Amino acid sequence: MLAFLAVWQGLAVYSNSNALPAPEVVAKVFWQSCITGQLPFHLGVTLLRLVVSFSIAMLLGCAIGIALGRNKKLDAFFDNWLVIFLNIPALVAIILCYVWFGLVESAAILAVVVNKLPNVIVTIREGTRTLDQDLLDMARCYGFSRRKTLAHVIWPQLHPFIMGATRSGLALIWKIILVVELLGRSNGMGYQLHLFFQLFDVASILAYTIAFVAVIQLIEVMILKPLDKKALRWRR
Amino acid sequence: MMNIQINIDSKTYPAIAQARHHVAIADFKLSLKSGEFVCLVGPSGCGKTTLLNIIAGLDNDYEGDIFVGQAHSHPKIGYIFQNPRLLPWRTVRENIELVLDGNQSPTVIDPLLEVMQLTQSQHVYPERLSVGMSRRVSIIRAFAVDPDVLLMDEPFVSLDAPTARQVRELLLTLWQERPHTVLFVTHDLREAITMADRLIFLSAAPMSVISEITVPISRSERNNESTIEAFRQNLINNYPEIKQLL
Repeated sequence: MLAFLAVWQGLAVYSNSNALPAPEVVAKVFWQSCITGQLPFHLGVTLLRLVVSFSIAMLLGCAIGIALGRNKKLDAFFDNWLVIFLNIPALVAIILCYVWFGLVESAAILAVVVNKLPNVIVTIREGTRTLDQDLLDMARCYGFSRRKTLAHVIWPQLHPFIMGATRSGLALIWKIILVVELLGRSNGMGYQLHLFFQLFDVASILAYTIAFVAVIQLIEVMILKPLDKKALRWRR
Repeated sequence: MMNIQINIDSKTYPAIAQARHHVAIADFKLSLKSGEFVCLVGPSGCGKTTLLNIIAGLDNDYEGDIFVGQAHSHPKIGYIFQNPRLLPWRTVRENIELVLDGNQSPTVIDPLLEVMQLTQSQHVYPERLSVGMSRRVSIIRAFAVDPDVLLMDEPFVSLDAPTARQVRELLLTLWQERPHTVLFVTHDLREAITMADRLIFLSAAPMSVISEITVPISRSERNNESTIEAFRQNLINNYPEIKQLL
């Protein structure tokens, strides 16, 4: 980390241009936009969109993924559609959502969900196909309810797949949300970055990027890692 | 307690890839009295596990009909699978508690854990257990539901002889305390004679019944190894049709 800062500082001094401000300049900008409340506000708005669209995509994706993994006929029917949706460019989905539903919040969320959902479905479907039939038979023979089977037999087996979908999902959704905000929202990180781009304000762009990276690290360390640890405590 | 009528006309596995169409069970008839302990003895691969899966309701793809107990009540089945099939992400105790229905108190597990000498290990995850311990957990799990029918698929395979004997005795004790209909699959004739009221000898696939033999030895004499051995010799001498199985 220190080495990275040193290299950055060296490059900034050497090039001496607006295109690469020194770390201290970026730190100052970061601090100022924190005090004015600009950065926390836009970061908060983006985070809120992230949470909402991520939750919808994961819930729907898990439900559909499990259904497709468990039911061959359903899977055969939707397989082609899944491939089509997987390959629709993010930009196309975003533009179409805005054109059809207007420049509103729900269209923005929908655009993100449409982009993420097929990935979740495919990951969870693959996971569901690897479920241990012996354990499912055991659950059936002992009369487990659907809820019990899901919570104690299926869910723990899907855990690695769900964590995989979560990690790749967060990365993907961040990127898509910024584009969504850039194209049709008047707040959020994407909107701000667009503004800074027009003003050629590289220091602000870097300050926002750092805030952004910090949040992702926090999510990983505070939420995902503990979840992993708890879910895998049974492993030797 | 429940009596069971089994009447399977045929059970076939369709051809897949290189494997040819396979008839696992053909023209199989068997009835069990309520509270009876019946051992199925047959060569490996003859379709015993398939039969147990059909009785347990895990496999509905067959011709014929199975009748377990009263027509409209759902029988409680305890199934001790060939491998223990414990949920690795739940502790020993959680694995057993999961099969209890809402009306049962979790404390019913405690005496079973005590008998199987697993009280110390009840909060351990199954990956830390030895094979024998896992198997005992799966046996407790089957007993904990207080089953009407108990299905056992070679439950003592891969246990060392002393452990197997110990678990066998525990099993009989539990069965005498809470009688229920038992269907026990094994290929060990001594074990079968020690435990069963009735022996059913099965043919290789397609599986059907070769002969049925009642074991007239009283429960108190079952520990006597020479009595068991004498009965075994007697079987081998008097029933040529089962010789190939022994």
